[in-house]
Amino acid sequence: MPDSPNQMPNAAPEPGFANSPALAVRNLSVFFGKNAAVKNVSLDIAARTVTAIIGPSGCGKSTFLRAINRMHELNPEARMEGEIKLFGDDIYSRAVESVTVRRRIGMVFQKSNPFPTMSIVENVTVGLRLNGMRDRKTLAARTEQSLRMAALWDEVKDRLHAPAVSLSGGQQQRLCIARALAVHPEVLLMDEPASALDPLATAKIEDLILDLKKNYTIVIVTHNMQQAARASDFTAFFYLGELVEFGPTTKIFTNPAQKRTEDYVTGRFG
Amino acid sequence: MTAPNHRWRKFKNGFMQTLTFVCAILVVVPLVLVFYHLVREGFTSINWAFFTQLQKPVGEPGGGMANAIAGTFILLAQAAAYGVPIGVLGGVFLSEYGGTKLNWWIRFAADILNGVPSITWGIVVWALMVVPMHGFSALAGGVVLGMMMIPLVMRTTEEVLQLVPAGYREAALALGIAKWKTIVQIVIRTALKGIVTGVLLALARVAGETAPLLFTALGNQNWTHKLTEPIAAMPLQIFAYAISPYDDWHRQAWAGALVLLLFVLCINISVRFLTRDRFQPKI
Repeated sequence: MPDSPNQMPNAAPEPGFANSPALAVRNLSVFFGKNAAVKNVSLDIAARTVTAIIGPSGCGKSTFLRAINRMHELNPEARMEGEIKLFGDDIYSRAVESVTVRRRIGMVFQKSNPFPTMSIVENVTVGLRLNGMRDRKTLAARTEQSLRMAALWDEVKDRLHAPAVSLSGGQQQRLCIARALAVHPEVLLMDEPASALDPLATAKIEDLILDLKKNYTIVIVTHNMQQAARASDFTAFFYLGELVEFGPTTKIFTNPAQKRTEDYVTGRFG
Repeated sequence: MTAPNHRWRKFKNGFMQTLTFVCAILVVVPLVLVFYHLVREGFTSINWAFFTQLQKPVGEPGGGMANAIAGTFILLAQAAAYGVPIGVLGGVFLSEYGGTKLNWWIRFAADILNGVPSITWGIVVWALMVVPMHGFSALAGGVVLGMMMIPLVMRTTEEVLQLVPAGYREAALALGIAKWKTIVQIVIRTALKGIVTGVLLALARVAGETAPLLFTALGNQNWTHKLTEPIAAMPLQIFAYAISPYDDWHRQAWAGALVLLLFVLCINISVRFLTRDRFQPKI
């Protein structure tokens, strides 16, 4: 799939510094107390591509992901160095609030977490409503648009006011994707979005990722090598907090430059 | 050689099992005794007049403690008005803000306050309010009950907020929702039943307090709606009747105690009702 020419972005020069990247990460380090979870990582993520972050548990890939929308700041021990630019804007600039960054960079979590006190439609629109959007027409339009993009509309259109927790696990996760899409982010971060789902629901999420790439820049952390190979254009391999290798997914999986990458993707460790 | 050993072991097992069962029954016995006595002594005195009339002078039959029932509700409403906002917001701070060290001290203080004898609360509020204001008052009674509610409400609020999975907070924050909106609209909303439960249990706890009211609300034989005047309350009325030498008043005391117990029971039942589906899987 990544071989098809229209899905491989042209601007992908080695070692992965795109011409006008959606995200430009430079010398990023993240510390928890004295421990560095991410060490001096630099990479560019091209717009409208899917980038998979792979690596063994504890390699800092989730921390890296959370640093991109400043979610790591929820941990009072966390501290970062370096720079991340979103379409040229420094997201760690003193003038920028984390709330603003998170509106532009959405996130989907490993465990689906629709709000249990809210209905399906309330879950989709919560990000808009709590940021002051009151126009009912816009809310209704965004609800349908987001649910369609999350490939959930046909399954729930007749019961939009049912409790969100009445959905199945896979549907709940797609609802969380719809909820993230409703605020129109520019980048969507996904932290192992399918690891708690059955193979069928996983396949749906992967199809969805390929679909969403037309409009969004997606960064996905995954433990599943096949998933990375199937769904991503670029792959970054993290090990012990360092970025070992970053490049087109086909290259990482067929002809990696580093021995450690090869060992990991072929299942020799990790 | 194994047989007697086996028998001895079986005997020990059976003995301990019986012992724990008997102790478990002993826990329930007082409730049964209390209920039995209150119903036997007080039930006949509960009638319409009990809820609608003031007390009659000694020797005259009938009368009731309508003013004391109303007084208890006025005191509890005040206590909730003072205690619930402070307690809930304090609990929100402990759960959602605050540093580890600071929170440890606040929790420690709240736990000590929860163990302070109620008569101590009474004396303190007497010194802080009754003396400077030159008189006992419903206001002082409401304040003392409210103060007793604060640490209770704060701790239970904190506990139920902590039960809200971190994933909900993260999901909301990741949507770019401000922290205070996340707390009000997501966290508190998810934990609302638990918070209401905590408030009701705290109310039930202070509803029967007598000692602190002796120093503050004092009691009143007549109707009053002024917060600056002494006010009647059921526990005070029960106390006054019970230590009187008159059989009529004794019966009224039993009836009052029964009504108070039923009131607390009602609160507990509503709590059960509220928390009914709390243990159903949320996800």
